[in-house]
Formats: sequence, structure tokens, C-alpha cells
Amino acid sequence: MKELVKKTGHELRGLLDKKEVTSVEVAKAFLGRIEEIDGELNCFLTVTADLALEQAKAADERITSGKAGPLTGIPVGLKDLLVTKGVRTTCASKILENFIPPYDGTAVAKLREAGAIFPGKLNMDEFAMGSSNENSAFGPVKNPWDLTRVPGGSSGGSAASVAACEVPMSLGSDTGGSIREPAAFCGIVGMKPSYGRVSRYGLIAFASSLDQIGPMARDVEDAAILFKAISGFDPRDSTSLNPPAFDLKKALNPDVKGLRIGVPKEYFVEGMDPEVESAVRKAIAQLKEMGAEVKEVSLPHTEYAVAVYYIIATAEASSNLARFDSVRFGMRVDGKDLIDTYRETRAAGFGMEVKRRIMLGTYALSAGYYDAYYRKAQRVRTLIARDFAEAFREVDVICTPVVPSVAFRHGEKIADPLQMYLSDIFTIPLNLAGLPGLSLPCGFTKEGMPIGLQMMAGFLQEETLFRAAYAYEQANDWRRIPALGEVK
Amino acid sequence: MDWEMVVGLEVHSQLLTKTKIFCGCSTRFGASPNTQVCPVCLGLPGALPVLNKRVVEFAIKVGLATGCTVAPVSRFARKNYFYPDLPKGYQISQYELPILEFGHLDIEDDKGAPKRIGITRIHMEEDAGKLLHPDVPGADYSLVDLNRACVPLLEIVSEPDIRSAGEAVRYVKKLREILVYLGVCDGNMNEGSLRVDANVSVRPRGREKFGTRAEIKNVNSFKFLEQAINYERERQIELIEEGGTVIQETRLFDAAKGVTLGMRSKEEAHDYRYFPDPDLLPIVISSEEVEKAKELLPELPDPKRERFRTSYGLPALDADVLCSARELADFFEEAVKLHSDAKAVSNWVMGSVLKNLNRDGFDSVAFSPVTPAMLAGMLDLVKNGAISSKIAKEVFEEMWTSKKSAEAIVKEKGLTQISDTSEIEAIVDAIIAKNPSEFERLKGGDAKLTGFFVGQIMRESKGKANPGLVNELLKKKMDS
Repeated sequence: MKELVKKTGHELRGLLDKKEVTSVEVAKAFLGRIEEIDGELNCFLTVTADLALEQAKAADERITSGKAGPLTGIPVGLKDLLVTKGVRTTCASKILENFIPPYDGTAVAKLREAGAIFPGKLNMDEFAMGSSNENSAFGPVKNPWDLTRVPGGSSGGSAASVAACEVPMSLGSDTGGSIREPAAFCGIVGMKPSYGRVSRYGLIAFASSLDQIGPMARDVEDAAILFKAISGFDPRDSTSLNPPAFDLKKALNPDVKGLRIGVPKEYFVEGMDPEVESAVRKAIAQLKEMGAEVKEVSLPHTEYAVAVYYIIATAEASSNLARFDSVRFGMRVDGKDLIDTYRETRAAGFGMEVKRRIMLGTYALSAGYYDAYYRKAQRVRTLIARDFAEAFREVDVICTPVVPSVAFRHGEKIADPLQMYLSDIFTIPLNLAGLPGLSLPCGFTKEGMPIGLQMMAGFLQEETLFRAAYAYEQANDWRRIPALGEVK
Repeated sequence: MDWEMVVGLEVHSQLLTKTKIFCGCSTRFGASPNTQVCPVCLGLPGALPVLNKRVVEFAIKVGLATGCTVAPVSRFARKNYFYPDLPKGYQISQYELPILEFGHLDIEDDKGAPKRIGITRIHMEEDAGKLLHPDVPGADYSLVDLNRACVPLLEIVSEPDIRSAGEAVRYVKKLREILVYLGVCDGNMNEGSLRVDANVSVRPRGREKFGTRAEIKNVNSFKFLEQAINYERERQIELIEEGGTVIQETRLFDAAKGVTLGMRSKEEAHDYRYFPDPDLLPIVISSEEVEKAKELLPELPDPKRERFRTSYGLPALDADVLCSARELADFFEEAVKLHSDAKAVSNWVMGSVLKNLNRDGFDSVAFSPVTPAMLAGMLDLVKNGAISSKIAKEVFEEMWTSKKSAEAIVKEKGLTQISDTSEIEAIVDAIIAKNPSEFERLKGGDAKLTGFFVGQIMRESKGKANPGLVNELLKKKMDS
């Protein structure tokens, strides 16, 4: 039943519940697909076939006994910075190459309890640092639409695996756009929740005040289902929130009449790929036709977002990555003394980009520079958040491009970090403000590369965000499977 | 030259919470290495800290007891440095916004005059682990025990108001007494529950500017604190007088040699790169919470001493001893509620009770088998003449071992004092009959023999004769 891998999670749900297929069959289909094509894509760092089949058996029992939830028996890929009990978790870094955590993170535990199936751990930029998935210590992931191109980062493996039908859905993490950008590059749906809505417990931290786990799927409905499953208050995460539960019915409402959509003038800049701009503008026009109200809004501090982000994110990263010191876990390179052992281990264990960011962050926090960089960045961050708060008084959803371009080619930007950093210009402000955002396909270029539409909403307004996305998706048919994804 | 020493102290006190500051692991002392650890206190990837609310409650108590202002908003910061006993590569502490500021403690200076020592700030933080260096010749490794990692500490930082080792010791003693009184710290310096860092500098007397200071780390006894400060004072004065300069550095006190030694050089000085910990939310404390805590604050040692002197009319020494520990003062007051002769209660508490506790190796009156009610009951018997104070000693020991009430013991053993005149008179007559010549001498005015006769009579009555009656009857016989 090879067609199985083309199904979305909710489609599989229907088949499973009607007993047209078993979850063992589902698991086998996806594991087969992984075996068939992952050699080319390099999405998986660890494949846990035995675990998946064991979980599938348990899921079938649950389904038989009538105790199945929305995700019971559905495979979910996990970005390899999500800590999994007993399963190697590398963060795509040599320093954690053989790290087997003794515990599950909260999002993973929730999925496990829901009966989801874990086929494996997905490739990423090392410690989630990058926009192209070229920083993995275990080789880059390839874009299933064009193997010469990047899938986006840092959740490149999570995005490409979904696009290529290796899993129906996956979890990624978004610190500055790491879910939305690869979703756009791979032509799938990726969603970053409001900060605090999904527990970060068990997410190996890059930048704690920005990181958020989120769903990646082939359609909005799956993304909403997965989001609902992982969100909720967690006493193990002090920054976790306890808002009213997410209402799936309200979220999956295709009616946008009266919805106020904002278009920020600062997001349509010169130098943007004209095909991207045109597709996004078309999407906005279509939403207007469907009954939404469209107006221009202003987010005046947008131009500072990238600078602010690279100070705050690297500062937090320099501290978060200090625990990789070779004392308790991970690799160790013995030096001539203690300090030397730290140095040798970290020199050998971390890749270039990680080292660059640790150094940037260490500098930004060091005595004499703190006020000039870190403190000032925090102040500007407040201004950026205020911009959004102002804008969301006027509108319900803001629509923008996700990235100024479509997926670029491997090697194209890796030598120029600044150019690479600028590709996150449209996604970063949202992380600084802690708001929810979503990327969904809104067209293809002449060359056949997917284009992403970004939608943002006010704090904890996930229902509105999904509603806008669902309505747009229902009115279009951009849900496609790349040629490589054609099931043989 | 006349030198003046300037000392500021940083006291780290371990809080008596059942669980650690950022996770649910036990804080029990003395467990096998690495048996009280979890992903959070091990600093495993992905683990996050969650603040133990108890720690904040304890901090507020200490703040109120030391006159500090409780910050309406404070927050945790990360202090970044690498060391094998520090699992996360940073210590979660407080920096810019500590929970408590601007307090003070009142002590006496070396001449006994009252002196106020300012408290700059008090902040919450987590402890690090402990390195174990194997006692194996040629061992080229060390081991880490992380049971202590993430155990809650309060760091209490004084103003540089201290001018002598004596003042430093009195300050720490006072602080320790308050912490123990509040029930937030066991004050056990041997186990490291209280550790002191001393910042010491010297300057010519009269000069305003401080000299360069050296920090003596981790002193864990009052004796060592005194020795270390005095040694450091002499070292710095000698150094300057010989034309040298004091460098700002961290020093260790070598207790065996009684000297302080340089620990790390300036080049290795840390840049801790403090910044607010993004994993923890700001701590917001309302004025209502502070007011509520104020109401629940126990009476502190100094006001209690004052009250013991005035309302019970006790001598200063008694008040000092009774108020040295909260349970002891409570024990006394409970007994006084039942037996109003405060001085008698005080005498027994300070005497037999403390003596027996000490003999049996107990460090708190909480372990006393004799309860305040039992003690009061016994004192009632003495007061109403049922037993003599001599018998009382015997009764007390019996209460200590059997935990029976004084009344029951007296009844059981027939220790009731004989106050029946005819019964005593019979004994008096019998003794006089036995010792006629001595009695003649007594009558003749040899007062020394009174003791002899009373003794004989008491022995005959097995100590039960009412001594007042014995004396009275003896006098009557002499006059007849």
C-alpha cells in the first residue's frame, strides 16, 4: 500500500479508525519510504524502526480497544534536539554523537502518551544554528524539490522528511524562523507557537528566550492537530503558560469574512525575489476576495531585528552551550590539564557556526560590552514587541513573505554568514516578540520551487492564525508532492 | 604607622528546604555520591530549572529579620564560568536585582559598645557540586559528586563595616543565631551549611579610601575566621610596610598552618558574563505577602532576651542562656505557663535539663524526655511542700529515665515528705535518746551540732522529713 505515505495524518486517522489499515502497516510503509529515499535526502540521523514497530503494535491495540486519540498510530518525526529517552540525541553535533538521554522531553512524552509512532530523529543545523541545514556535523539535508538546493534550516530534516513523504508530520523548533523558513523552502506547513505555549522541557536549548517547538505537516489541519497535542502548561518549564485550551473547531474554520489582515510595508523590500513577492501579494488579494479586510500596517523597528537577534540569541547560546564541557556526557578529548581538556573537546566537538556564535555571544556579554550590546538589544527587542502589539490592535493577522527568496543552492551562502543571517529577516521579529506564526505554500516559481506565505497573529491567537491559514489552504491547491516524492 | 583593617563578609548559608532550589531532588546531607540527582541538577541537555517557592519564603523571613527591603521584583541571573563541579557551566544566582537589600545587624564592638553592621544585599542561588580527589598515589583523575549541586543557598553580603576579627566573629554568630532561630538553616559549619568569605584590606587610620582587598574563601569555623582575618591583617600591613603592594586576589585559609595562601592569579580572574536567566521568570512579591510573612515571623533572639529580663524578671545570664536557642526558650515559657516561679523554672532548665542533655549527647531540648509540663508538675510538688528540693533531684532523674510524671514517681516510691508533726517528733526524740551527750552540748550552745542532729533525723526518715519541721521541733526540744 505505497499510496499510504502520501496521506496526511488526519487521512491516516480515518483509515485507521475504519480499520482499513493497521498502524503496523502505516509504520512499515513510512519506514520503507525512509529506507528507499533517505540515502539521497539525509533527513534522518537515527532511524528507530524497532521502536516504531513496537509503538505501532501498541497503537493497534489501543485502536481496537477504542481508546485511540488523534495521533494514535500516526508517525511523527522528531528534530534531533528533542531529548528522547533511550534514543540517541545528537543535536547534529559531534559533541553529542553518542549521547543517549535518560529522559523524554515534555513534547515527546505527550506524543508518546498520545500513541504516536517515532520513526527516528531528524537532521538539523548543529544546535539549531543555521538557515540552510548545511551546518550539521552529519552532512547536509537536501531539498526534495531540487537536490542541489538546501531545505532551509535549522529544521531542514523535519521539513524535507515531511515534504518527501518519509513521515506525515514532524516536530521542529523555531528560534529565528527555523520552522517557517524550511517549511517555505520545502513547500509544507510549519508553525511556531506563541512563546510559552509549548513546553521547552527537553528541547536542547539554543536561545532560551526565543526557542519554541512547533509542528510541521503537509497541511494546516495536521499542523493544528499536532500543535494541540504538544501544547499546554508544563510545571517543568517556568516559562510555560496556561491559556484556555486550543479549540480545533475554531481553528479549522474556512471563513475569513471580517478578518482584518495587515500588510507591513517594511516587509516588502527591494531585492526581494519578484516571484516570491508576486505570489505573496496574490495570496493576500485572494484573502481579500474571500471577505477579509486588508490594510497596511507598520512595524517600524523591523530593520533592527536581525542585529538584535544575533546579540540576544548568541549571548544565550554562549551560556546554554557551556554545559557541553566533556565532564558528564558527550565526547571528551583529553588535554594536558583540565582547562586544556575543555578547550580540546569543544574545539573538536563544535562546528564552525556554533563556535562563531559562542564567540559572538561571549563578546556581547563580556565586561564592558554588556551595556553597549546585550542591554541595548533587550531594549530594542521591547520596541519590536511594542510594534507588533500596536499593529495587532488594528488587525488580526499579518501576512508577509517567509523568506525573500526560494530555497538557494548548497554552498551559495555558507561562505557569507551575514548574507545567510539576512535570509531570516522576515521570521526573526516574531521570535523576538514571542508571537505565533505560520508558513504555508502559496505558489511555485517557474523553476518549480515552492514559495511560502507567512501569517502571524497576536499573542496566544493561534486559533485565528490557523483559521486564516486553513481558509487560504482550502481555497487553493498548493499541496503537492515533489517529483522525488512520486511513489514508485 | 597606625593601621585600620576593613572587613566585609559574604556568608553562604544553606537553606533547610527538603528539596533543591530548581528541582525535586533531596537536599539530605551525607548520601552516597550522585544518588540525589536528576536531569535538572545534572545540567543535562534540555533540562530546565523551576524555582522552589520555599526558598523565596525563607529568603523573605531572613530579610525581615535583618531589616532588609524585600524587592517587589527580583530576578535570577547566570554567572558563567567553567569548573567540573558546575554542571551547566553557569551558576544560577542573582545579580542586578537581588531579592533583598539594605539591611543590618546589631553587634557589639571590641569594647562592648553597640555597633551596627550594614547588609548590602542578600540573594538566592544554587550551590555547586563537590570534587573528590582520590587518595591514591599518582592518581591523575578526580571525581565529582553532584548531590550538592542545585542545593539552595542564601548569600548574605555585608557592608565593609567590620573593623576587627572579633567583630567579624560576633557578626557571623549573630547571623547564624538568627538563621537557626528562623528555622531556615541548621547553622552547621562542619557540614558547610554556613561558609564565610572574608574581604580584608588595611589602610592608615583616618584615611577614607579603602586599601586593595584580598578575599579569603570558604572559612568554615569561627576560630578559623578569627585566625584568617588576623593573619591577613598582619600579612598586608607587613607587605605594605616593606614597600610592597597588596594585590586583589582570592586566598585560601590553610587551617593546619594558620596562614592564608594565594589561590589564583589576576590573569585568571573571571569575567562571569552575568545576564538574566531566560529560563526563569522574574520573582514578583506583593506587599501583602511581605505583611503576611511579617505576622508569621517568630520573635527574634534579641527582643526575646529583653522580654525575658523584663517580664520574667530574670537575670541577664539566664535570659542569654534560655534565648540561645528557640526551642529552649519555648521550653522555658511553656513550663512557666504552668508553674509561675520563673526563676525556679530557669534554674532547673539551665541546671538539670541542660546538664542531662549534654551528658546524653543531645544538642537540642527537643530531645528532652522531661517535658515542660513534667518539670512544672515537679516544681509544684516542691512548692507545696510535698517533696523537698533534695528529693526533687531524685525525682527529676527518675522522670528523665522513666518519662513518668513527678506525682506518679513520688507516689510509687513513697517519697512524699513527712509533714506529720507527731511522726517527726517521734524520730527527733529517738535520735536525742541515742545521742544524749551531744544533745547536752547542743543545748549548751554548740551550734555546730545542729547539722549533726538534722542529718541524723533526715537519714532516719530517709530524707522525707520536712526540713522546716525538723528544725522547728529540734528547737522546741532544746528549749524544753
